[in-house]
Amino acid sequence: MKWLIGSSGRRWVAAVPGLWLLVFFLVPFLVVAKLSLSEAAIARPPYLPLWEWDEDYLTVTLNIGNYRYLIEDTLYLNAFVESLRIASVSALVCLVVGYPMAWFIARARPDRRNLLLTLVILPFWTSFLLRVYAWIGLLKPNGVINNMLMGIGLIDEPIPMLQTDFAVYLGIVYTYLPFLVLPLYANLVKLDNALFEAAEDLGARPWQTFLTVTLPLSLPGMLAGCLLVFIPAVGEFVIPALLGGADTLMIGKVLWTEFFNNRDWPVASAVAMVMLVILVLPIMLLRNAQSAAEREV
Amino acid sequence: MKRSVWVSSAAVLGFAFLYLPIVSLVIYSFNESRLVTVWSRFSTKWYGELFRDPQILQAAWVSLKIATISASLALVLGTLAALVLVRFGRFAGRTLFNGMTTAPLVMPEVITGLSLLLLFVSMELTFGWPAGRGLTTIIIAHTTFCMAYIAVVVQSRLVDMDRSTEEAALDLGATPVRVFFDITLPTIAPALVSGWLLAFTLSLDDLVIASFVSGPGSSTLPMVIFSKVRLGVSPDINALATLMIAVVSVGVLGSLWIMNRRAGARQDN
Repeated sequence: MKWLIGSSGRRWVAAVPGLWLLVFFLVPFLVVAKLSLSEAAIARPPYLPLWEWDEDYLTVTLNIGNYRYLIEDTLYLNAFVESLRIASVSALVCLVVGYPMAWFIARARPDRRNLLLTLVILPFWTSFLLRVYAWIGLLKPNGVINNMLMGIGLIDEPIPMLQTDFAVYLGIVYTYLPFLVLPLYANLVKLDNALFEAAEDLGARPWQTFLTVTLPLSLPGMLAGCLLVFIPAVGEFVIPALLGGADTLMIGKVLWTEFFNNRDWPVASAVAMVMLVILVLPIMLLRNAQSAAEREV
Repeated sequence: MKRSVWVSSAAVLGFAFLYLPIVSLVIYSFNESRLVTVWSRFSTKWYGELFRDPQILQAAWVSLKIATISASLALVLGTLAALVLVRFGRFAGRTLFNGMTTAPLVMPEVITGLSLLLLFVSMELTFGWPAGRGLTTIIIAHTTFCMAYIAVVVQSRLVDMDRSTEEAALDLGATPVRVFFDITLPTIAPALVSGWLLAFTLSLDDLVIASFVSGPGSSTLPMVIFSKVRLGVSPDINALATLMIAVVSVGVLGSLWIMNRRAGARQDN
């Protein structure tokens, strides 16, 4: 394969992005791993060095106390469990809301599909932060939704919606919905119409066709979409910070507080390491699901 | 197959859900009252307020600079990464390379932000560079996660691309570098444009990563918005949001229209 610049040229082409990612994406994780084993200190930067070189002695001090702290203080465990729960429930809700949308677009007239897809992507192009902020105005006690419900006399006093877990679920489903619709659409649009016609000719009812033909064939797309929602949602910070209450525990928020408010960099690093370990499996699953969805033509 | 009423109405509801908050932002940006959600009367005073707020203007300028530079850097790096993944076949380290290009897409932002900050701090301690945190460190951080998005966009275009023109040019004796600039680049140009725009918006929008790697004096627009929003809802943010939505909608719908016209022209030929 000599289409580019011969083999030495190719090496350069690969080296530039490869080195960049190595230095600014992979090495940083090693730094986090290292720091998670160091000790916090009141200094600049606020941690003690991991190794010291003195005369002929190299002293390496590994502090696993940060990890022990994560296990002993139930706050962290709860935050992890809570994040995983919120992220998985949100991914499932996204699936329920997004499936009909993806199906609708996939079965629309080909010349309309682009417009409908753009309508799904367009919110993704407008500021994420501002879209989360928009929900504050809608959900507030004197916000649009409460005012409307009171206006038509359905409720007498405002329902508290902002600063609840409900608002966090809503925010996550809302912002990550396009992530689910797009891969699912890509999967559904490839399915051959003949399959559905055959099922119909053989007397299957629409819901039978859906359960026995469509659903199994769209599994890779569903899985890819759900993981694309689940993975970033686990570490979400902005949504719980703006829409959630003080008691909404999510691990992204805990890490942020640990880092910015408590200035405990080593514990924040340990939280990040545990989060990474938890996310390795879903990330690998996502890669498999994506390549499976690509293969299925 | 007929589409059932159920599916259609569920889909329409889904679309409504996507647009409801955006519509309410736009409407209330023209509200005269300071109480964001109580409608008094039509007014454009918050737009005026917005343009007299030095903090927001300053931050917007910082953000635009960062977004332009990061998107451009990411365009070069991301396109190279996509070329490597699509055209280089198997090579040692391909799995690692592929993983490093796609992982930033799903990595939670708090992890990316924290890890980059710790890297910058260690680098400063070891080499004395980068001295402190500011524009440079934000640009590096944004370039890194933007290049992943660009790699994905360009990759899908490269996979779909018809290679026969490239092969013909090579057979006729063009050098590979020339083929790349004369044929490959123009063919993937639409993907490059949309990739750049995507990277630009993502950079403009990022709060979490920028908060970790920014320094004094380099507050970006999302950082200013976030601190304002935390103190309470302020109507000039609605005005700002409306302006951004308007620009983005015109840009995206405009490019869709152009693409449709070009596709139509191709069909006519």
